Amino acid sequence: MEAIKSENICKRFGTKVALNNVTFSVEKGCIFGIIGPDGAGKSTLLRTLSTLTTPDKGTAIVNGYDIKTEYKELRKHIGYMPEIFSLYQDLTVEENLEFYASIFNVSIQENYSVIEPVFCKLEPFRKRMAGKLSGGMKQKLALSCALIHQPDILFLDEPTRGVDPVSRKEFRDILTTIKARGITIVLSTSYMDEASMCDCIGFFNDGHFLQTGSPNEIISSFSKPIYSVRCLSKYKVLMASRQWEDTESCYINGDTIHIIFTQSIPDTYSFEKYILDTTNETIKISKTEPTIEDCFMTISNIQPQ
Amino acid sequence: MNTLSFLLEKEFKQFFRDPFMPKMVIVFPVIIMLVIPLVANLDFKDINICIVDNDHSGYSRLLSDKISHSSYFVLKHTPQNYKEAKQLMDEQEVDIIIEIPYGFEKELIRNEIPQIPIVANAVNASKGASGASYLTQIITETTGEFAQNNGIADSPAELLSVHNLYNPTENYRHFMIPALMVMLIIIVCGALPALNIVKEKETGTIEQINATPVSKIMFTFGKLIPFWIMGMFILTIAIFIAKIVYGLSPAGSVWIVYANAFLFTLTISSLGLIISNYSNTMQQAMFIMFFFIMIFILMSGLLTPIESMPEFAQMITRFVPPRYFIEVMRSVYLKGSGIADVYPSFVWLGCFTIVLTAIAILSYRKRS
Repeated sequence: MEAIKSENICKRFGTKVALNNVTFSVEKGCIFGIIGPDGAGKSTLLRTLSTLTTPDKGTAIVNGYDIKTEYKELRKHIGYMPEIFSLYQDLTVEENLEFYASIFNVSIQENYSVIEPVFCKLEPFRKRMAGKLSGGMKQKLALSCALIHQPDILFLDEPTRGVDPVSRKEFRDILTTIKARGITIVLSTSYMDEASMCDCIGFFNDGHFLQTGSPNEIISSFSKPIYSVRCLSKYKVLMASRQWEDTESCYINGDTIHIIFTQSIPDTYSFEKYILDTTNETIKISKTEPTIEDCFMTISNIQPQ
Repeated sequence: MNTLSFLLEKEFKQFFRDPFMPKMVIVFPVIIMLVIPLVANLDFKDINICIVDNDHSGYSRLLSDKISHSSYFVLKHTPQNYKEAKQLMDEQEVDIIIEIPYGFEKELIRNEIPQIPIVANAVNASKGASGASYLTQIITETTGEFAQNNGIADSPAELLSVHNLYNPTENYRHFMIPALMVMLIIIVCGALPALNIVKEKETGTIEQINATPVSKIMFTFGKLIPFWIMGMFILTIAIFIAKIVYGLSPAGSVWIVYANAFLFTLTISSLGLIISNYSNTMQQAMFIMFFFIMIFILMSGLLTPIESMPEFAQMITRFVPPRYFIEVMRSVYLKGSGIADVYPSFVWLGCFTIVLTAIAILSYRKRS
């Protein structure tokens, strides 16, 4: 069964189109990642699905409720965690949690098992003001407050932004335990490497989904070979590669340059020579497996500088 | 109802945790009530006067004595002629010139009607006007006394007799204190709500609330009730100070004052919340609230009587809620009016309360 089914959602702010015919669906009980760059419209999509903005056109059925007409009922069944920390900084950890529990008319004791995996780390700070918590702790508290009423669907807007790699790993484990309780999770992120924790991902850019599917599906749908280039001066080589007639696309990926050539079996030897002639750089070129990022780069045709 | 109590609990926790606000709610009314009645005073004292005595008679000496002994005037100079006196006025030395013409006493004894020119500096219009009117009273009194002493009239002439009803000593403070209470409530219960929701917008906390099933009505009342309690608290402090420090207690019943304040606090807090709902930043909200506070203070009859405003302005004041609050406060405090006398104001204020509270609830939008 589908937890979310959206059809042709459009939303514009003035002349800026934030959502452009968003059509997608999310299976119940899975983790769905909306992956895209900043300003793609991810937050607007999440805000629309969690009843905070009304779409100009189109609608979505979330957990069986229409977001346009049944939003009041829907609010009882969703948890939403905004991108910025939105709890009361002048209330303690405990008071914030109690406040949200009471608003949803549930008791912390009853639902403690839901938040336990998240909240256990916060136990020692129960009496601390929320504003005085560290970034990772704030995020855990926000997640606890969004979970306390045992929602059917959890919307997380950029939950791992500004969180260190260790906490991000921990966060993945937490999401897995939440998912195990049958809660559908929809999260947005601009980190491509987070796709691996999702059951299903959607590449989102310019207000619509470019491609959706499981990470494996997406990677296996990527047919062209990718070459990774190691060199000293990445920028010079990148610029030179773009001039090479057989280059389809190239971009920096970590400390290497990824190149996709127009031919399936490219002449890497003459490419190496071309680079040496134009930039005086010796490069090491080798074939590599495509990653989610490669898929995104190719599909959105973005050429970051 | 349960949700409301949690919302209120949260508001109060936040309020009392603020290092500044709880103190302010006590200090603010105390200082305003202790200081402002002493300084905002239209009873002009120590008006500088000079007398040009061209008569040099018994009467002119009596008048000079009376004036210099009056608490309102300070006899600064006795120049030789009007020209000199005028120069003193130009140099800001004196506010009022009185010139006793030559032969004034003789004319008076002959039962003619002589005239005394009074020249008042009207740069400060009300100071000039009240100085001139005090002076007229002194001259009338002196003339009467003089006439009696010289056997012209039988008894001290009661040319003028003024009875000040309701504020017998014509104490300006008694006129101002009820108005100050209104001003306190306008500022505290108007400005704080205006900043409240917009603060939640700025810190982002409203996002989280909006995604919950809390209803608009509950949320709005959760915001209104704390200010309503605050307003009642401030009013109580002000009433106590008025009684203890200035000996002014309502001539009518206190419950009318409170019932009236009850409606007014809700009205003004609702207005604050409406502004907060439509603003995106605290600056915007504050600026708009200042605009309203300005209109309220100047157009509600708080400082200047509504009757002396131009026709169109009088029409506008009908839509200025504090006007009704001030009317009731003054008439209960000074005249001792009962509910039967002030009910039209109550009805008006009640209408404003209902309309503004409704707008406050409706203008809070959980979705954009």
